[in-house]
Amino acid sequence: MNFDEIADRIEELHQGAVQARVGEPAKDPYLRISSESLVEVMRTLHADRDLAFELLISVTGMDWSTWTPKMPRVKKGDEPLPEPESPVSRYEVVYHLLSVSQNHRLVIKVACADDERPAQPTLTGIYPAADWLERETWDLMGIDFQGHPDLRRILCAEDWVGHPLRKDYEFPTEYHGISAE
Amino acid sequence: MGILENSLEENVLTTSVDRLANWARRSSVWPMTFGLACCAIEMMAVGCAHHDLDRFGAGAFRATPRQCDLMIIAGTVTYKMAESIQRLWEQMPDPKYALAMGACATGGGPYYKYGYHVVKGVDRIIPVDIYLPGCPPRPEALMDAIMALQAKIDRDRVIRKRPGQVLEA
Repeated sequence: MNFDEIADRIEELHQGAVQARVGEPAKDPYLRISSESLVEVMRTLHADRDLAFELLISVTGMDWSTWTPKMPRVKKGDEPLPEPESPVSRYEVVYHLLSVSQNHRLVIKVACADDERPAQPTLTGIYPAADWLERETWDLMGIDFQGHPDLRRILCAEDWVGHPLRKDYEFPTEYHGISAE
Repeated sequence: MGILENSLEENVLTTSVDRLANWARRSSVWPMTFGLACCAIEMMAVGCAHHDLDRFGAGAFRATPRQCDLMIIAGTVTYKMAESIQRLWEQMPDPKYALAMGACATGGGPYYKYGYHVVKGVDRIIPVDIYLPGCPPRPEALMDAIMALQAKIDRDRVIRKRPGQVLEA
């Protein structure tokens, strides 16, 4: 299935779940899903015979706080690309899905409502692979995956302070007596 | 060697204790099987047949710090790893040597400014004998560093220390 067919199917099965739909000619088509319906949409994407997204490829945290608009470059004679969607919230989470049996891919974006304590429901009940991916996103970007069975840091040391990939992260000046100046 | 030279039977050599002890030490510098990042790949290449570190007596990579003389810090030292490196270093018996291999171990390398997780040089946690630049250094460079370490061992004194040199406990 191509992107439009997948998006139509989701809109048909989950009315009101799709907040935005960025298809062709964008270079990286994606669906923006509301946080409340994320788990249900993901369950459909995983279980539906025709969609059949067996694999969760990646979970990515985004911090848009220093974003400035910039138009993508287009070669002469090409159609102009659609203007990039400006960020709807400070934090968002991006999910990449792959269906091996159907040979198609999908990108799902979900905005985090709270800028102070960004949170999303966990997908570990649907994709076991989400376990470590969500731990990494928690560790580096500080997004709280609610319902996760074991949400600990995975890359940084256990007693690390802060979430390093946030734009307002302050570098440590010392760690366990080792100076970083 | 002076008066003694021809007064002894065949197969007898005369030398100083320092030279004998240094010769033994420098000819069997056993490194630790310990790599942290991409520099470790070059270190492995040095140990393999093409470069053959055994020519210098330093090819016997040991899997325990208790049997090692040399710790090659081959790669990026993170804060998370720093404690383990310190512990491994303390587990090595004296005399022991440390070789900071590559830009990361020497001074943080490409992670110096924006690496929130990288120790800015392994000499902040353990004493380093030889610094080897490169990103990563070629196998020949590592061999050169080990030969430089051997030259350093050759200058050591075992019984009588140099004036001002502090005796180790």
